Amino acid sequence: MMGGLRRGADIPFFAVFIALSGAYALLIAAMLAADLSFASASDLLKAFQSREIRYSIALSLVSCTVSALLSMLAAVPAGYLLSRFQFRGKRLAEGLFDIPIALPPLVVGISLLILFQTPPGDFLEKIAAGAARYTGFNALMRWIGAPEVKGVAYETPAVVLAQFTVAAAFAVRAMRVSFDQIDPRQEQVALTLGCGRGQAFFRVALPQARPGLLTAFTLAWARSMGEFGPVLILAGATRMKTEVLPTTVFLELSVGNLEAAVSVSFVMIAAAFLALWLARSIGQAHD
Amino acid sequence: MIEFQKAAVQAGEFVLKNVSLRIEQGEYGVLMGPTGCGKTTLLEAAVGLRAVSSGRVLAGGVDVTRLKPSARQIGYVPQDGVLFTSMTVAEHLAFPLRIRRMEKAEIQRRVNELADLLGIRGLLDRRPRGLSGGERQRTALGRALSFRPKALLLDEPLSALDEETRERMYNVLKRAQKAEQASVLHVTHSSGEAAALADRMFHLKNGKAAEVE
Repeated sequence: MMGGLRRGADIPFFAVFIALSGAYALLIAAMLAADLSFASASDLLKAFQSREIRYSIALSLVSCTVSALLSMLAAVPAGYLLSRFQFRGKRLAEGLFDIPIALPPLVVGISLLILFQTPPGDFLEKIAAGAARYTGFNALMRWIGAPEVKGVAYETPAVVLAQFTVAAAFAVRAMRVSFDQIDPRQEQVALTLGCGRGQAFFRVALPQARPGLLTAFTLAWARSMGEFGPVLILAGATRMKTEVLPTTVFLELSVGNLEAAVSVSFVMIAAAFLALWLARSIGQAHD
Repeated sequence: MIEFQKAAVQAGEFVLKNVSLRIEQGEYGVLMGPTGCGKTTLLEAAVGLRAVSSGRVLAGGVDVTRLKPSARQIGYVPQDGVLFTSMTVAEHLAFPLRIRRMEKAEIQRRVNELADLLGIRGLLDRRPRGLSGGERQRTALGRALSFRPKALLLDEPLSALDEETRERMYNVLKRAQKAEQASVLHVTHSSGEAAALADRMFHLKNGKAAEVE
């Protein structure tokens, strides 16, 4: 018999693997603990009393939800097409959808800003302004005390657009993986049973992709919550207008107000945990 | 009836050429051949999931060669059944009828009729996850029969079942075919299945089908 079949030979394997993964877990836990030890309850209360910070919390929650919904609108069809069909230019399409993930966030922001200096961008600005005015959106904004929308760049739509550009790429990836895991023969059988492509998708594929939809939405929402570079460049950092939570942290930090920066970070940590928890519990309820 | 007239199908590495076979209304045809000889490819071409490059496919006397899968009215039971994971057994039987916008009461009647015919009355509320191999095949069979197709194509429907279940499924298949007056094309590599079920037997070899007397 060959040597090496000793009892306990697996101990070094587990020791090394547990030590390496444990070190990373410890880093994450230590980071959160440091935040907790730094900020006091009174700092947190003070932060919440600031009108600017309350606005930034509200804008963050609303803009993240809108950009996550928009991301799903792009990611469900894109993920399905990429998962199910072979077509000319597919590799190019896959590459394009990966660009927002691979590009440095600042470059995404600059590129969006430049896009809005071009004639098509200018056209979009006018459409956005017109739509906000004539659909009653600005009236609604006035009513809730929020700034009116007069275009895209440096206005609230820029916040959503900057978040969406990056978040949708992550959602596309998640949806593609989710559809890849569903047997395409189920849709083929549905076709033989009398379904068109659309019916096969909505009645057979989509109901099974429910956990994937949830994952993609949560991922897009969390990405949007943390998006900073593109938002700063395309939307600016105007208080009570385009300021979102990452901007607040940046602004407070730049004036040396570390307590407020950490307090606002807590709001984002709480939002992240809440999103994770919601996604998990809804996912389990459907199992 | 179901008929292939000099049908040619290309599928990756191999080519089926000049496949001709005909099964009359109410007949049970069995197509035999070794694994990998193109049996599944031929069925996929018949239901419209693969293109027929030349020749014709007819179902119930209608040329369906260029029709979309949804317009062919051919019942198809793929290998392993391929049930819809999110639906109950009853929803499987009702699905093709709902797509055809049939009335609720009529759908209910048809679901009960099929459930009795196939012996799955007690399973109607179950989802595929908890079903045995034989129960899955009965459900897939009911789903394919529900809309009274002109032809029924079965791809190795019994290959994953144990001996005892298979024997029982012979009766289920025969009974269902008699009751529905369907033309069946059943594909298998087992000569035992062919002997037990076939009114008419074919052999697929080197890309061609030949009738076995």
